[in-house]
Parts: sequence; C-alpha cells; structure tokens
Amino acid sequence: LPWAKPKTKRAKRFLDNRASKLTENVKNAMIMKGGNTSMTVTQALKDIYALKKPSAVLYKKKNITRPFEDSTSLEFFSKKTDSSLFLFGSHNKKRPNNLIFGRLFDFHVLDMIELGIEKYNSLSDIKGSKCPEGTKPMLVFAGDAFDHENEHKRLKSLLTDFFRGPVVPSVRLAGLEHVLHFTALEGKIYMRSYRSLLKKSGCRTPRIELEEIGPSFDFILRRTHLASDDLYKTAHKQPKALKPKKKKNISHDTFGTKFGRLHMQKQDLAKLQTRKMKGLRKRRGPAAAAVVAGETSLKSTEVE
Amino acid sequence: MAACSIEDLLAKAEQDEAEKLKSITVQKELDLEFDIGNLVAYDKNRIDIRQFREQKKEDFLRSLARDNTQLLVNEIWKHPTERVEEVIVVKLPEPTTPLPREKPPPKPRPPTKWEEFAKLKGIQKKKKTNLVWDDKVAKNELHRLRNIARAQKIKVPGVGLTPIAQQSKSDLARAVNVAKSSTASAGKFQDRLPKEKAPRNTGKKRKFQPVIGNFSNEKQRQLDLLKVMDSKKPRLDVNKAVNKQMREVDREEAAAKFKKGGKKGRKGGNFSGKGKGGGGKGKGKGRAGGKGQGPPSGKKGAGKPGKR
Repeated sequence: LPWAKPKTKRAKRFLDNRASKLTENVKNAMIMKGGNTSMTVTQALKDIYALKKPSAVLYKKKNITRPFEDSTSLEFFSKKTDSSLFLFGSHNKKRPNNLIFGRLFDFHVLDMIELGIEKYNSLSDIKGSKCPEGTKPMLVFAGDAFDHENEHKRLKSLLTDFFRGPVVPSVRLAGLEHVLHFTALEGKIYMRSYRSLLKKSGCRTPRIELEEIGPSFDFILRRTHLASDDLYKTAHKQPKALKPKKKKNISHDTFGTKFGRLHMQKQDLAKLQTRKMKGLRKRRGPAAAAVVAGETSLKSTEVE
Repeated sequence: MAACSIEDLLAKAEQDEAEKLKSITVQKELDLEFDIGNLVAYDKNRIDIRQFREQKKEDFLRSLARDNTQLLVNEIWKHPTERVEEVIVVKLPEPTTPLPREKPPPKPRPPTKWEEFAKLKGIQKKKKTNLVWDDKVAKNELHRLRNIARAQKIKVPGVGLTPIAQQSKSDLARAVNVAKSSTASAGKFQDRLPKEKAPRNTGKKRKFQPVIGNFSNEKQRQLDLLKVMDSKKPRLDVNKAVNKQMREVDREEAAAKFKKGGKKGRKGGNFSGKGKGGGGKGKGKGRAGGKGQGPPSGKKGAGKPGKR
C-alpha cells in the first residue's frame, strides 16, 4: 500500500513485522460473509473462527463479491489485515451453504476450493467442555482420495495450512488435546473435531480416548481454482539463508566421529619444550673427554 | 528341561509385553505417514464402504479417528522429551510437508553507495596482514612527529613517554615512574619489584606548615620574624659567609693566574713549554701555601662578629 515512510519506531517495527521475512509469521485468516448468507453459514463461520483464534479476523458486514470471478476486494482486505488465508461463506439457490477456503501468495490468490455444507453440527449443539483457545491441533487425513486425487491433494495442503497454527519447536505433552479428523469418502469430506484424552496404558505412551466437541461438517467438493504449476513452485521457494550454516574446520567421518582442525603458527622443533630427560643431556668438560677417550681406546684395542 | 523352561520364559515375557502394549497397538494394512513437525498424520488405507454404511456413521468415524490419533500419539511419544519449568515437553522435528510461503523471500538489501563505487572501479576488499613492530620505524616516526610539533610549536610529551631506540638507565627509570603514576589512583597501589628502589626526588617541591597546627610554635615564629625585621643589624649566616669568602679568594687567584699566564705565554712563545710547566708548578706550590694560610685568617675575622 502506498503509504508514507514510518515516522516512529513503533510504526517501523509494525511494518517490519509485516514485511517479507526469512521465517514467516503464523498465517492469518480473514473470515467473511458474501452477499447472501444463511443461518448455517453464519454459524459455521463463527465456529471456524473459534477454532482459528487468535490468528483470524471475522468480518461482520456482508461483502458483495464473487471470489471466483473477481478477487480484487479479497486482495485489498488481505493487504489491510496482513492475512494470507481466507474463508468466504455465502448462500444462494444454486450453491446452498457454500464455503470457499482460499490462500494467497504475495497478496494474490493462489488456491481457492469451494466446499458445500451438507450436514452441520455446531459447537453449541454438541455438549461438553471444549479445548482452550489457541491449542495446536493434531491433524489426520484419512482416505486414499487424499493421496490419489489432485484436487484432494491440494485441499489437504490447504487445510493443513489453515488449521495447523504456529510452528513451534516443542509442544507440551499434556497439551495435545485437540484432534481434527478429515475423511475423504465417495466424493464427500467428513470433518470431525475431537478432544483427546490421554489415559493410562501399561507403558509410557498413553492410550487415546476421543470425545467429540464439534463442530462437525459433512462437506461436498464443488468448484476449485488451483494455482498454475509455476506459480505454485514459486510460492514454495525457500530462501537460501534458511539452510543450516556449515561450520568451518569441522568434519565428520563415516563412523560419526567429529573431527576438528586447528591452524597453528610454524614451530621451531629444535626449541620445543618436551619432558626433561637428564640422562640424555650432553655431558660437557672432562667427563665428556673421558668418555670419548675411553671410546677411542676401545677402538684402538679392537683394531690391534 | 532347562531349555524348555527358557523357551517358556521367553514366550511368557513376550506375552506380557503384548498385553502391556495391547491398549496402544493398532492394526492397519498400510502404515501411516507422519509429519510430526506439523502434528499431522496421513492415513492412506482404503476405507471399507460397506462397514461405513452398516455401522452408524458417527461411530465409524470416531473409531477410525481414535485409531489414527493413537498411531499419531505413538509416533509423537517416540521423540525426545525434556523438562522445561516443571512441564514435560516433546521436542518436535522440522516440518516435512512443503507448504507455500505467504510472501516471497526477502530481497537482499540494495548495495550502498560505496559498494556500488567499489564494484564500478573493481576495488576488492583487502585483508590487513598482521603488522610487526619495528624499532627503526618507530624512531623515525617519533622524530617526524617531533619535527612537526616543533614546526607548529605544539607541546610534545616529556621524556620517557615517547619511545627512543636506545634508552639510558635514567630515561628508563623516569619512564617507569611516569607510567607507574599514571593510573587512576596516581600510582598509589602499584606494586614494586622485589629489588626495585623507591624513586627519589618525588614528593612536594615546597613544604608548607599546616594551617592549624602548633599554636605556640606559630606564635614564636611570628614574633621572631618581627624581631628580625625590627633589629637594625643585618642577620648573618655563618656557612654562607664562609663559602662566599672562599669563592671570592678562589676567583681572585684564578684571575691573577690567568693574567700572569697569559702575558708570559704571549712573549715567550712556543719554546717556553718546559719553563711554562715548571713555572706553573712552582706557582701552584706557592699558592697552596698561601691558601693554607688564607682561610684561618678569614675565619678569625668572621668569627668575631658572630660571637657578638
């Protein structure tokens, strides 16, 4: 967006946070409604917002756009809120209870997949205690369609991107309580959300028991707008700097032994400080002469 | 017999293990694929549609989910754990699923004006080699700077602070003393070497009496001063007077000798070398005698006024 250069340090920090980085921030999602929506769609959007909190924004007003035809307003909103994921909900006669999951690259639409809600149970319908907000969920994709069908593969990637949350180096073992399970079967995709209970088993690894918390969706795959192969490839390009840096002078051999290399200045080997061996020292004066004389006399006697 | 019992033991151990792990084992046709960095599991097994239709949909999905989650958890638990602030965390590996970035990678920063200029001119960065101190170069440098200072009439630091190639003992000693006293505590806490002597001629150059000290002493001194100022007669320092007299006598004799010697030398010319030497000796003897007599007479004269 063509705004003036930041005048305060705080503004500069804010803009630097949003600029391109080596390791990127968590992807933000914008959840919005279309020109006409139904109760199902509104409630569904609210529930998914609850799952995606805090890295999501829910717009209250309706946006009269059609993502599959014109994506300019989506791109404008993404620049405004620095979001690279979106969820657009709409309802009309031709496509009832429609949800469009999408992602952007460099503020341009990358992929868009349209899913229709056939059956829906909201968070409020399903009783029971819910998981705390911001829990990193475990994701499971079941069904061979996710492996064979091209569109399903993209959907798998998009759903992972949408729901995975921040990338962390370590996770609290007791905090692994949320599971999102996606099953692809007969052209339909079943999404279920469970709370996992870690029960005692005989050994260290716990036994899992699941408790449904919701929301639960029965989706049907409708239209898709997938990115071209080269755009997809460009979007996946990782910067070179992220490669682990090689440490100089350290090498490993095939057994895994670590070798280091030390560079020293030239040493005068004649003046090296080694252990003192008194007996080997050169004897000076009469002692030496006597020794020499003794040796020579020996030699002379032998000759004779 | 023993062999049978060992086999039985092993079989029993295996059974026990299986019992233990029964609760967490899951039988699957194809093993699942995992991306633990993202906490994702991919189950590629074909789903039995008949089973799905026979059972209640929700129950089927739930059992499938439970099995898959169990396998995922088993895989997560295989990774190393550590204790961080009373909490056990598992260290996750790097995510393996390639996911697209949200923005293109950052461009390298534009070259600075100098970098552009260097590239244009073909200037490369040269690494400075290790420099070695050379005393000749240092001496030359010192003289050069001193000349400049002299030309521009700038003050130069004193002896000992600038290095000279050949430094005498006294120079070194002075340099050491200057260096020692140039600390924050003015050299008060600097240790000396075992046989090093304390520097001489240090300390105050003028000594003043303390402001508030001995009151009677001060009173006495002030009164003496007033007395001396009042008295009409001049004060006399015996030593000073004696030394002055001696010097006067020496000077007169030297002047006289010079006059005589000068005249003789001019008239006589070169051939009177021996005579000159003899004459000089004789004169010296004579003078010595005179000298011996001189001081006693001087002393007597000086003594009289002192007694008074």
